[in-house]
Amino acid sequence: MKSLYIVIVGGGNIGYYLSKALLNQGHEVLIIERDVRKCEKLEDELGSCCMRGDGCETVVLNEAGLSRADALIATTSQDEDNLVSCQVAKHRFKVPRTIALVNNPNNDAIFRKLGIDATISVTNTILEHVEQEIPAHPLIHLLTMSGHMEEVVELLITKESPAVGKSIGQLKLPQDTTIALIMREGERPKIPSPDAVFKENDRIIALTTLDSEKILEKVLLS
Amino acid sequence: MGGKLAAMFDAAGHKVTVLDLDAYSFRRLPPTFSGTALIGNGTDEEMLRKAGIEDASAFIALTQGDNRNVMAAQIAKHIFKVPRVICRIYDPLRKDIYEQLGLESISPTEVFADLLFNRLEKI
Repeated sequence: MKSLYIVIVGGGNIGYYLSKALLNQGHEVLIIERDVRKCEKLEDELGSCCMRGDGCETVVLNEAGLSRADALIATTSQDEDNLVSCQVAKHRFKVPRTIALVNNPNNDAIFRKLGIDATISVTNTILEHVEQEIPAHPLIHLLTMSGHMEEVVELLITKESPAVGKSIGQLKLPQDTTIALIMREGERPKIPSPDAVFKENDRIIALTTLDSEKILEKVLLS
Repeated sequence: MGGKLAAMFDAAGHKVTVLDLDAYSFRRLPPTFSGTALIGNGTDEEMLRKAGIEDASAFIALTQGDNRNVMAAQIAKHIFKVPRVICRIYDPLRKDIYEQLGLESISPTEVFADLLFNRLEKI
């Protein structure tokens, strides 16, 4: 495996465990942390891999050798700081991959629209697990395409669903949404034609976007 | 700065909404202020919507934090498509980066340094 140079902004719990794991995988890691005491603690534990400074500042990032970094991961507890670190890394230093932790789950979609390659929301991650654990939930997120706004979702057609008895062509689905599969008990999953009619208990796999997800849910479920 | 500017726009007959985390900053608004003062986080999409950003013709991000301003201004510009967005960024290097990215920005540091330099140089 190729060894990467990864810069991590923020030496809190996430920054610490992330660095430890990446160092163990043989990557070169530099943590940028504002707090001098946190820096000392990190260096005691992990060796010389911490730089004191503000990970949003061009001067600091330059000193960190960001132009040769393969990735920057911003892990602070402030969403705005994570956004700026990633944007400066991307636009000023041409870092190929920027990843931001988002604390407010609403910022997940916003940051991706603002050009961050990947966002991680702890809240959303837990929510996705809850959805999958509770089968009653009508819309389940299966996959988010990294770097894109597209996602794959699963929907369950219930008795009350307005789509029952209607064909794909009859429904006003968002333009960027594709019904990829219909799964029906006792039948093989099939790629539907536009005149395929929805039935109660159908499980639908659809390719959609963050923006259109709500409309899709409304058209198919309520 | 926000209070002063809000008062000026209000006096000029515009509809103004001020959004701040802290009600204490509203003390600078004059008694004649006829606009709206709201407590809330200007980098929060829902709060911005509540403040009526969808109908705004201009948005100005003026907090003490460069990154908060950058984030709020980008949400206004790219998510809500506010026609005119201006952002205060103290750090001149950061200001240059965001100007290059098409965000109209002003660095008070730069403006004030220029002003002082020009005044003193003429002596």
